[in-house]
Amino acid sequence: MLRMQMQQEKHMKKQKKYRVLGPMASVFESMKTGSWRLERPKVEFSQCSKCGTCERYCPANVITIHKEKEECVQFIWDYCKGCGICANVCPKDCISMVDERGEE
Amino acid sequence: MAGYMMLDGNEAAVQAMKMAKVKVISAYPITPQSSIAEKLSDLVSDGILKAKYLRVESEHSAMSAAIGAQLTGVRAATATSSVGLALMHEVLNVASGCRVPIVMPVVNRALVSPWSLWCDHQDSMAERDSGWLQLYCENVQEVFDFVTMGYRIAEHEDVLTPIMVCLDGFFLSHSMQKVLIPEQSEVDEFIGDYIIKNTYLDPTDPMIINNLTSPDEFTEMRYQQKVGFENAAKVMDEVFLEFEEKFGRAYRAVEGYRLGDAEAVIVSMGSMSGTVKHVVNMLRSEGKKVGALKIVSFRPFRNDLVNEMLKGIKRIAVIDRTAGLGSQGTPLWHEVCNSIDKASSDVIVKNYVGGLGGRDISIETIKKVFADIMDDHSQNRSPVWIDVKENAMDIRQVYINV
Repeated sequence: MLRMQMQQEKHMKKQKKYRVLGPMASVFESMKTGSWRLERPKVEFSQCSKCGTCERYCPANVITIHKEKEECVQFIWDYCKGCGICANVCPKDCISMVDERGEE
Repeated sequence: MAGYMMLDGNEAAVQAMKMAKVKVISAYPITPQSSIAEKLSDLVSDGILKAKYLRVESEHSAMSAAIGAQLTGVRAATATSSVGLALMHEVLNVASGCRVPIVMPVVNRALVSPWSLWCDHQDSMAERDSGWLQLYCENVQEVFDFVTMGYRIAEHEDVLTPIMVCLDGFFLSHSMQKVLIPEQSEVDEFIGDYIIKNTYLDPTDPMIINNLTSPDEFTEMRYQQKVGFENAAKVMDEVFLEFEEKFGRAYRAVEGYRLGDAEAVIVSMGSMSGTVKHVVNMLRSEGKKVGALKIVSFRPFRNDLVNEMLKGIKRIAVIDRTAGLGSQGTPLWHEVCNSIDKASSDVIVKNYVGGLGGRDISIETIKKVFADIMDDHSQNRSPVWIDVKENAMDIRQVYINV
């Protein structure tokens, strides 16, 4: 909740052009749903069997499996809402959900 | 040359909207507003009014479309009544919250049930906290004048608040009266072109309007509206004076009538105010010291003016055309009570409910109110239903199978 509020305030504070009464925004960051994320999926790549289950189950269609790469599970972070379905369906149990702000 | 026309209240509203050169119209017909929607449609199809007429499927859509249209930088027009206004409720608050200065005639009609087509004020009273300014008209000339002035008041950059111009269903909407209509050039000079002073919709410079607002800013935006209402009081006074100078008709947010030395005063709104003044004249000729106070601007409510004008008057009768169910009194009565200096405890402010669902507030009704307030010795301060029939509790009886 707090994160969503901060996100709404962020772009309202950016507006410079107009003195405006009432609700409006001229920066459209909230259209990137990834900014809603409270937790993000973290993959233990060494355990991954590249089966593609997470890719098929992702409701936002933001996962791509790269069989040839070491970091074989790629997320589009602009649109991953952090729902955790990938972590739940992973047969190898190698995806965990970590705090968005906790790491890095 | 300005000239007289025979118009009913709805046509007067249409004339004013036409002369304000509205560019988009989205209206849904409802009795007794229908002839506004029809007449505007005629004007557009005949090419007299250069505007886009949108056929919408409900009042909710009518107001939504009007908001969107006005945000593109033109005057948008709509009008409604009764349950239509109730259906607009959600979007009325969007218009006021987004500071879209729409001018909307509201033809007052009772809310259902009982199903009614006729006048009382419950529809607009139910919207008194929706962030709209509200003016109430006494006659058809006022309908034209208030709609015209409405554009100036609502669109003022310190106000930016939509306005309802309330006219009593049938009593004004369908009553033909002689109305002085100014020249188009005079109206142009007075109102001017619509200039966007706040948010707008422009594909080349996009902005999101009405986005999700967190608790961190919501209060401040409501506060902006509150300031808008405070400014509206001042702007309204200025516009009234400017109108008087230009067109010669004097209006005030609160109008006193024969208040000097008055012992009893009736406070009223809308078309009944004319009858009240007539009865004041009748009683004055009999030597009774009575007066009248007409509330033109209900939102913002001018407690400063009401207090000043009612100073020294001991007996005040407030008539409302709405029931105020479950409350200690009707909305206007609350406002008047809270406007009067608390120190004067010998002042009686008594509440009267009348004229519901189209019942005429006649000379007799007003005389009854004056008689009651002048001869009041009871401590009971609950509202008096001045024109209710004695058999109210058993007016309909049916046979049922037992």
